[in-house]
Amino acid sequence: MLQYITRRILLAVPVLFGILLVTFILGRLIPGDPCTAALGEHATAEACERFAKEFGLDQPILVQLGIYMGNILRGDFGESIRYSRPVTLILIERLPMTIELSTLALILALLIGIPAGIIAAVRHNSATDVVTMVGANVGVSMPVFWLGLMMAYLFAIVLKDTPFWLPPSGRLTAGLTATPFYEHYGWQVEPGPGWFYLLEFLSNFYIFNSIVTFNFTVLKDAITHLILPALALCTIPMAIIARMTRSSVLEVLGMDYVRTARAKGLRERIVVIKHAFRNALLPVVTVIGLSLGGLLGGAVLTETVFSLAGVGRILFEAITARDYPVIQSFTIVIATGYVAINLLVDLAYAYLDPRIRLT
Amino acid sequence: MTTLNQQSEFVPTILDPEALDSRPITLWGLVRRRFFRRKSAMVGLGILGLLILTAIFAPAIAPYHPEQVLIGVEQVRKRQAPCIHLLGCPTDQPQHLMGLDGNVRDQFSRVVYGSRFSLIIGFTTVTFAILVGATLGGLAGFLGGWFDDIVMRIMDVLLAFPSLLLAIAIVAVLGPGLINALLAIGIVSIPAYARVVRASVLMVKEMDYVSASRALGAAPLSLLYNRILPNALTPLIVQGTLGIASAILDAAALSFLGLGAQPPTPEWGSMLGTERNQVFTAPHLVFYPGLAIMLTVLAFNLLGDGLRDALDPRLAHVS
Repeated sequence: MLQYITRRILLAVPVLFGILLVTFILGRLIPGDPCTAALGEHATAEACERFAKEFGLDQPILVQLGIYMGNILRGDFGESIRYSRPVTLILIERLPMTIELSTLALILALLIGIPAGIIAAVRHNSATDVVTMVGANVGVSMPVFWLGLMMAYLFAIVLKDTPFWLPPSGRLTAGLTATPFYEHYGWQVEPGPGWFYLLEFLSNFYIFNSIVTFNFTVLKDAITHLILPALALCTIPMAIIARMTRSSVLEVLGMDYVRTARAKGLRERIVVIKHAFRNALLPVVTVIGLSLGGLLGGAVLTETVFSLAGVGRILFEAITARDYPVIQSFTIVIATGYVAINLLVDLAYAYLDPRIRLT
Repeated sequence: MTTLNQQSEFVPTILDPEALDSRPITLWGLVRRRFFRRKSAMVGLGILGLLILTAIFAPAIAPYHPEQVLIGVEQVRKRQAPCIHLLGCPTDQPQHLMGLDGNVRDQFSRVVYGSRFSLIIGFTTVTFAILVGATLGGLAGFLGGWFDDIVMRIMDVLLAFPSLLLAIAIVAVLGPGLINALLAIGIVSIPAYARVVRASVLMVKEMDYVSASRALGAAPLSLLYNRILPNALTPLIVQGTLGIASAILDAAALSFLGLGAQPPTPEWGSMLGTERNQVFTAPHLVFYPGLAIMLTVLAFNLLGDGLRDALDPRLAHVS
């Protein structure tokens, strides 16, 4: 097992190196002079020279690549041109929102997708099966941004003045603020890299922050604001998971050991859950890993539709404003996160299937 | 129960007069029969057929030119709700099935013309991705060695990015626009085809008929193009059809973000993007283009699934 884990982690290293290389190349390919982009159109030649020296732009390209990689590995993502602030700080502010949204969407996708798939498989060819599969096919084909807009219209306008009303945008209702938990408990932390960054990062998870500070008004508000975006975002992974669960359970239900389990008189529920589903789980785990990429891409669209200040939203704004350091670092963070999650999925796979770790 | 059902399905096949027919059943005949038996694939084919007809006959179907501004032409105001005479809209008002957009253009005509863009986007990106991906994957699988290693590692890195994000980053470099968006989506989809083709080539190249050709002195490239690639085609067709669906979806997303087709092009994603802030006051401007995207993507997905089951009968019983 240990050998397998080590091998998988070592295999991820060249991919991470490749990600850095690709973002470096993309950054250098972006049209326009980095000096005028950073200092403005009217930057003088001397200022540009100083700028080039400061950022190592006068060095050979391979040295530049070395400097770039060194900075990233030390956690120094540079400074945003648009906001004149360290990119790390922007990440600390925006990343928690995206993680909260994607996690909630994934949980919803699993909670709805897996039972739907199992039921469809158990009642193969029944009306339930047909409806579930039609729903899954429509779900896979859903433009997330369209579904989000239509749901915002439905829940914020059509269902206005009913208990089903849900807010169409933002993270919290205007006027509500989430006091960071470290301030709430009066912890003395020096602003700056280190502990402060970590505490600030954690306190930007509004759900987590409001739970540890027992602020249930903010908790309820934060959750109601997340429902619509998470529902929109979860559609595609949910549909993929439901389809995969169904076909995988169907395949396993035809196996001899399932017939044996039935023959020895086990209750159908036990047969389906313990014998069939457990063995059908492997392909489902794979598909969860694969659908995460769509989830992260979909986050850009969902955050745009629901005006949420997450990673996807800021990445999009950075592109329109040509804020190169932000584009590069956010792409790196998202891609690295994606690789890390897929690594976790692979490890989960090995845990679930002894055949993989032993060969 | 399951086994009983399976048996009862098998028995009639033996007694099936068609099966007793002395005419040989060809591989493609079998595939065709399996494909046409699937209802969902037929639905997909139906939607796609309608879409293609709409795209071809767009000038005849659309009552207006998609970019014609109707101010001064008719008594209408911008973002006017749909007016359908059959549903009780006064007949003295001009009929607009899907209402008017923010620039006082007929939304229905724009949605009709949008089908052209959608189909072109789907087919061009996938053709590009297949040409590049199949060549790279085919060569990688055929040649092996260092070429295989390098190509597949590059593909791994490309796959490490969520596809839409990588497409966004590429458009950031190339600049916004429909052509650049198509190129970005094409580049992003290359790895999928490269992997599929490489896997089939690796499998096919050890087959006896390939060895036979090689023994007869076939040149390596002719071996690849005449013997190996045609036999690796099946997964490519399936992947390509499903790929069109995701290419259309991604292109619409890019246009929605303002990075793809630019207004006034009647492209569905871009139409949705320009009017998205009006969703609360004029939902029809968001509803119809989105529905069109959904139906188109659904058609290709159903078709792809149907083809997969028809071409690979091992999977047919489970999905």
